[in-house]
Amino acid sequence: MSTSRVIDGVNVQSHYRDVDHQFSSAKQGIWLFMVTEILMFGGLFVAYALYHMMYPEMFAEGARFLDWRLGFVNTLVLIFSSLTMALGIYYCQLNQTKKAAIALAVTVVCAGIFMVIKYFEYTHKFHMGIFPGAMLNMEQLNNYLAAAGEPLVKSPNLGLYFGFYFCMSGLHGLHVMIGMGLITWLFIKTLRGHFKPNYYTPVEGVGIFWHIVDLIWIFLFPLLYLVG
Amino acid sequence: MAHAGHDVDYIHAEKGLKSWLLTLDHKRIGILYFVTVMFFFLCGGIAALLLRGELFSYNAQANVGEILKNGDIYNQVMTYHGAIMVFMVIIPGIPAILGNFFLPLMIGAKDVAFPKLNLLSWYCLMAGAALAILTMFTGRVDTGWTFYTPYSIQTGTAVSMMVVAAFIMGMSSILTGLNFIVTVHKLRAPGMTMHRMPLFVWALYSTAIIQVLATPVLAITLLLLMMERVLGVGIFDPKLGGDPVLFQHFFWFYSHPAVYIMILPAMGIISELITTYSKKVIFGYTAIAYSSLGIAAVSFFVWGHHMYVSGQSELAGTVFSFLTMLVGVPTAIKMFNWVATMYKGSIEFRSPMLYAMGFLFLFAIGGVTGIMLATLAVDVHFHDTYFVVAHFHYVMVGGTLMAIMGGFFHWFPKMFGKMYNEAGARWSFVFIFVGFNVTFFPQFILGGMGMPRRYFDYIAAYQPLNRISTVGSWLILTGFLIGLYVIIQGLRKGAKAPPNPWGSTTLEWQTASPPIVHNFDHEPVVTAGPYEYK
Repeated sequence: MSTSRVIDGVNVQSHYRDVDHQFSSAKQGIWLFMVTEILMFGGLFVAYALYHMMYPEMFAEGARFLDWRLGFVNTLVLIFSSLTMALGIYYCQLNQTKKAAIALAVTVVCAGIFMVIKYFEYTHKFHMGIFPGAMLNMEQLNNYLAAAGEPLVKSPNLGLYFGFYFCMSGLHGLHVMIGMGLITWLFIKTLRGHFKPNYYTPVEGVGIFWHIVDLIWIFLFPLLYLVG
Repeated sequence: MAHAGHDVDYIHAEKGLKSWLLTLDHKRIGILYFVTVMFFFLCGGIAALLLRGELFSYNAQANVGEILKNGDIYNQVMTYHGAIMVFMVIIPGIPAILGNFFLPLMIGAKDVAFPKLNLLSWYCLMAGAALAILTMFTGRVDTGWTFYTPYSIQTGTAVSMMVVAAFIMGMSSILTGLNFIVTVHKLRAPGMTMHRMPLFVWALYSTAIIQVLATPVLAITLLLLMMERVLGVGIFDPKLGGDPVLFQHFFWFYSHPAVYIMILPAMGIISELITTYSKKVIFGYTAIAYSSLGIAAVSFFVWGHHMYVSGQSELAGTVFSFLTMLVGVPTAIKMFNWVATMYKGSIEFRSPMLYAMGFLFLFAIGGVTGIMLATLAVDVHFHDTYFVVAHFHYVMVGGTLMAIMGGFFHWFPKMFGKMYNEAGARWSFVFIFVGFNVTFFPQFILGGMGMPRRYFDYIAAYQPLNRISTVGSWLILTGFLIGLYVIIQGLRKGAKAPPNPWGSTTLEWQTASPPIVHNFDHEPVVTAGPYEYK
C-alpha cells in the first residue's frame, strides 16, 4: 500500500527509501517500456527486411517516390530536437526553469515542423494516387507520371512498399504526436516551477522516450528514402 | 488513505465500492483481478461445456444431441472459449492475482514499484474484456483465438474489434510484467538477495521478462492485422505479394513464449507448495531458479514448431524441432528437483499438496507429449488433430489450472484471514483431477485415430471416446462447483486463520492474516534463505 511522505521537498511514495531510490526505479521502468517500443517497431523492421529481400526492385522503385531532401530535413530537425530535449533535462538539473521551458518549447516546435513536413509528404502522395496496399491507384499514378514525363511504374505490387511506408512512418508519426503532447505537458509544469534539481523524473522519462522516437526515425530514413 | 491505520488489515482499512475501484494497494488489486478472472473463467468454461455438449454425438443434426444450431455457431463458441481462456484467464491468472498479492509480501516490500500502473493494468484488462464481450453483439468472431490470415482478413465477423481488445489486454500484461521486474530489482527488503528470493518470485520474474519482451511483437502483429483489414496494406495478403505465413511467424513469436507466461508462474507455485507440505528445504534451489530463466530464454526460439506443415523449410523445421526439445531440459530439472524435495520429507497431504501432485502427474504427460509433437515426423501426422488439443490442455489446464487451484487454497487463509473446509477442497481436487483425465485422455487416442480438431462434427467411429470426454467435462464442472462452494463457505463461515497455518518459512506468512495495509509492522530484515525448515 503506497502512501507518501515528503523528503527534501519531494513527494516520496512510502515503499521507496528516498528520492534517489524512487527516481532510479522510475527510470528502470521507463527503460523497460522503451524495450517494448523497440520490439514493437522491431516486428515492422523484420517484415521490412524480409520483403526487401524478396522484392528488392520494388523497394528501390518505391523509394523513387519519396523526396530524400524532405526526409533529410526531417532527420536534422529531429536530431536537433533531441539536443534541445537533453538541454531541457540539463537546465532542470541546474534549476534554471526559464531556460528549461525554452528548451522544451523548441523541442515541441521541432516536432511540429516534422509533422508539418510529413503532412505535405502524405498529401502529395495521396494526390498522386499513392495509398497503402490495395488502395494504391495505379491508373491515377501512371497518368500523373505520364503527365510529368516520368517513367511509368514497373512493379505491379508497388502498393506493398507503400503499405510499409505508411505503416512505419505512420506509427512513428503517432509516436511523435504523443511526444508533442507529453512535452507540452512538461512545458506547462516547468513554467509552474514543478521541477527542481532533485525532482525531474517526468522530464527524464519523456526525454528517454523522445530520444528513442528520434532513433527509430534515424533508422526509418535510410530504409524508406535512401534504399534505392 | 494517507492515514489508514498501521494495524488495520487491508480488507477493513476502507469501505465502499469506490475504495476498491480506485485502490492502489497491490493486495486489493490482486483481489480485483481475482473476482474478474473468476468471472471470465466461468464464461470460458460455459463455452467449453457447450462445445463438449455438441460433440457428444456425431452427425448432431440427425441425432438427439444437437446443442449448437450449426457449424458457424460452433466455430464462434470455440473462438470465444480459446480467446477468453488464453487472454483473459490463464495469462493474467497467476501473475495478476497471486503475483500481485504475494510478490511484494514475499520480498518484504510495501507495494509494487508503480502502484498506479498496477491499477491501470487492471483497467486495461477490463477495457479489453469489455470490447471482447461487445464483439458478441457486433458480428462475433469465428477465426479461432489465433486469428490466422488470410481468413481473418476476409471474414466479415468482428475480427477488428476483437484484435483491438487483445491489443489492450496485451498492454495490461506488459504493464504488469514491467512493474514486477522493477519491483524485484528495486524493492527487496534488506538482506533479501536475489538468491534468497522464494522460487515463486523467481518464476514471476522470468514470466515478467517474457511479458515485456514478447507482448510488443503481438501488439505489432495485431496492429498490422487491423491495418490489413482497414486499409489493405498487403503485408499478409498474397494477392499483393504479401505472405500469410509471416503472420503465423509473428503470431507465434509472441504466442509461444506466451505459453510459458502461462506455465512458469504455475511452476513457481508448485515449488512453494512442495517444499511447504514436505516440510523440507527445496532440493536444488539454484537449479530451479535458473531453469525458469532458461525456459524463458529458450521460449523465444521455438515458435517454428507451430508451422512444421505451413511451408517452412525442412532445415528450419529440423532446427526448431531440436530447439523445442531443449525446453525439456530445464523443465525436467524442475520436475526431478520437486520429486527429490519430496523424498524423505514429512509430506502432509493437504489439498494444496494434492493439487501440486496432480500437477506433477498431469504436467509430466503434457510435457512428454509435447516432446512427441516436437518430433518432426510424428507431428506431420498429429498436426491439427485432437492429440494436440489433449497435449496443450494437459499443460495449460492440467498444469496451470491445477497450480492456480493449489496456490489459491494454499494462500486462501493469508488472503482472506479465514480457513476453508479441507474435506471440501479435497473433493474438489478429486473431481477435477479425475474429470480432467476422463475428458482429455481419450482425446489423445482420438487424435491418434486421426480426428481433426476444430470441427463441429465427426464420423461414427469417434463417438464412444467423445462421449467419455464429454462426461469428463461434467466431472470437471462438478469439481469447480465444489471448489466455488468451499471458497464461498470459507469466506462466510471460515474459522479465523492464524498468521502461519501451514508452518511456512517465506515472508508472507510472517505477517498477520489478512496482512495489514502496509504489509509488515516493521520492514523485515532477511538473514537466511527462503526455505529453512528444521
